[in-house]
Amino acid sequence: MTSETGVQAQARAAERRPMRDLGTGRFGDKLFEWAARGSGLLVLGIMAAIAIFLIWKAIPALRANEANFFTAETWDPNATPPKFGIAQLAFGTVMSSLIAMLIATPVAIGIALFISFYSSRKVASGLGYVVDLLAAVPSIVYGLWGVSVLVPHMEGISKAINAVLGWIPLFGGDGVGKASIFTAGVVLAIMILPIISSISREVFLQVPRANVEAALALGATRWETIRLAVLPYGRSGMIGAAMLGLGRAMGETIAVALVLTFVPGINIHILQDGGATFASNIANSFSEASETGRGALIASGLVLFVITLLINMAARAVVARRKEFV
Amino acid sequence: MTTLTEDTPPAAPAARLNHVSPSRKIKDRAVQGLVYLSFLLALIPLVSVLWTVVGHGIGRLDAQFFQFSMNGVSGKDPGGGAYHAIIGTLEQVAITTVIAVPIAVLTAIYLVEYAGNGRLGKVVSFFVDVMTGIPSIVAGLFVLALWLLTFGFEFSGLAGALALTILMIPTVVRATEEMLKLVPNELREASYALGVPRWRTVTRVVLPTALTGIVTGIMLAVARVMGETAPLLLTIFFTKAINTDPFTGPQGSLPTFIWDQIADPNANAHDRAWTGALVLIAIIMLLNLAARLIARRYRPAAAR
Repeated sequence: MTSETGVQAQARAAERRPMRDLGTGRFGDKLFEWAARGSGLLVLGIMAAIAIFLIWKAIPALRANEANFFTAETWDPNATPPKFGIAQLAFGTVMSSLIAMLIATPVAIGIALFISFYSSRKVASGLGYVVDLLAAVPSIVYGLWGVSVLVPHMEGISKAINAVLGWIPLFGGDGVGKASIFTAGVVLAIMILPIISSISREVFLQVPRANVEAALALGATRWETIRLAVLPYGRSGMIGAAMLGLGRAMGETIAVALVLTFVPGINIHILQDGGATFASNIANSFSEASETGRGALIASGLVLFVITLLINMAARAVVARRKEFV
Repeated sequence: MTTLTEDTPPAAPAARLNHVSPSRKIKDRAVQGLVYLSFLLALIPLVSVLWTVVGHGIGRLDAQFFQFSMNGVSGKDPGGGAYHAIIGTLEQVAITTVIAVPIAVLTAIYLVEYAGNGRLGKVVSFFVDVMTGIPSIVAGLFVLALWLLTFGFEFSGLAGALALTILMIPTVVRATEEMLKLVPNELREASYALGVPRWRTVTRVVLPTALTGIVTGIMLAVARVMGETAPLLLTIFFTKAINTDPFTGPQGSLPTFIWDQIADPNANAHDRAWTGALVLIAIIMLLNLAARLIARRYRPAAAR
């Protein structure tokens, strides 16, 4: 049902015979082929254009910037002289997405295992649909729900974590809050569950039947079968899925923007209020941004684009590499 | 693997073969418990989200909500509605679909029918995958940089639709690709054997066979982009008044309507935000449901 990955589709494509030289050389044939190829090239063109135009429009603001773009913690591009840096945004983005990935990956793999191996075939597709519904809920609704339902509940959880793990600086600090990076991470975890679990499911579907049956024939329990036949086979696929989830979490905007309350400066105590991510900062400060301000936001968006691009390319490469061993 | 215990009586070989040591059994059960637990864990937010949205949103779900805009209605006032936002969302998504679907379907046709194992096909396929991961806000920034700052156009529904197009293309490409690959090669070969040109084979034989699957994919993609907020904030901006022209000036949209109302501290505004969320979710779920029903109903014909 998911059209997101194409893991299966690509595996199937490898089996297909190439069908070349089937055109008749007529005008209609040539025109249609060029229209199809042109659309493919257009997709590449869009990707290139995104990079080019973001760089182009970011340069004037970066020139005017009086602070170090990579290390400064202040975000003051509307002032004269403009001073802005992405250190705090990068910290908030990486932290919240990592928390989201750490929470979501085990649960998502559990869900994938449940649907693939623990539920009957009839129920499985229905359960898959239920998980896909999680993906259908828009970001703004998660934000709304996060602010009014999750944030009040997070105070107790955060306090408990602070009491037990407070000796770790990350979870330490006094005055544990609710609208923290940690809370944002929890919202993000819910939002990236479906993608991680749907890719893991696709990977599990491809586990050779023979391996599973061999393990069962040796008298392995269900867990032993999974551990011996399924998990080793699907390891790189699951790593790729987790990385795609990470990329997704980094780009999430509205839910994070609603949950976090902005407090300037990097705060290592992730349970305290405050923090911002690249995306949430863009959404929150766009409407008041001056011309330089917009350029600065585009510059920070460019950094986000590059980071997510690298993560996605690496993840796709990891997921695709496994196919060569099939 | 199996550790046979000493005290099993040799008279019962069947029992011995079935014997699983307690520690293995416990481990198996424990993992089973964890797997069930993770599924239940995922249901909590889903149920909670739907429950709160319906619970809070039902209050303002009246005729007024669908008939009035927010023009002249301040945050603390009761009343007002999302007419302008619903109109805007429908227009923007329609424009997005009109632009994105031909590009995406043609790209998928290229990947399946023409690219073979060529290098360009692999590159395009890879970048379509990468494109699914573009953050929506980056798509918004791109349209802002290109359409508004470089070409000098103003905020408009069209600009928002362009940003949504970038998010919609990869989803539709993937869905269409999968469906085209399901079309049996025999159909194509039969068509070629009759001397039908290739492009007519694609448009008259392959596409009709895969049509329901493609429609399903498009509907799911529409449902996905409909809830996007971030790119719209940067490209269509925001207005409280009705603007039925998607080509000039800021427009409303359901996601930005919710964003605006929740930023207001008044309870009446929050009620409107929740009702907006309820309407948005209802439209998206209906689209999802319709897509699945179509897929289920017509699958036997498509897979035959």
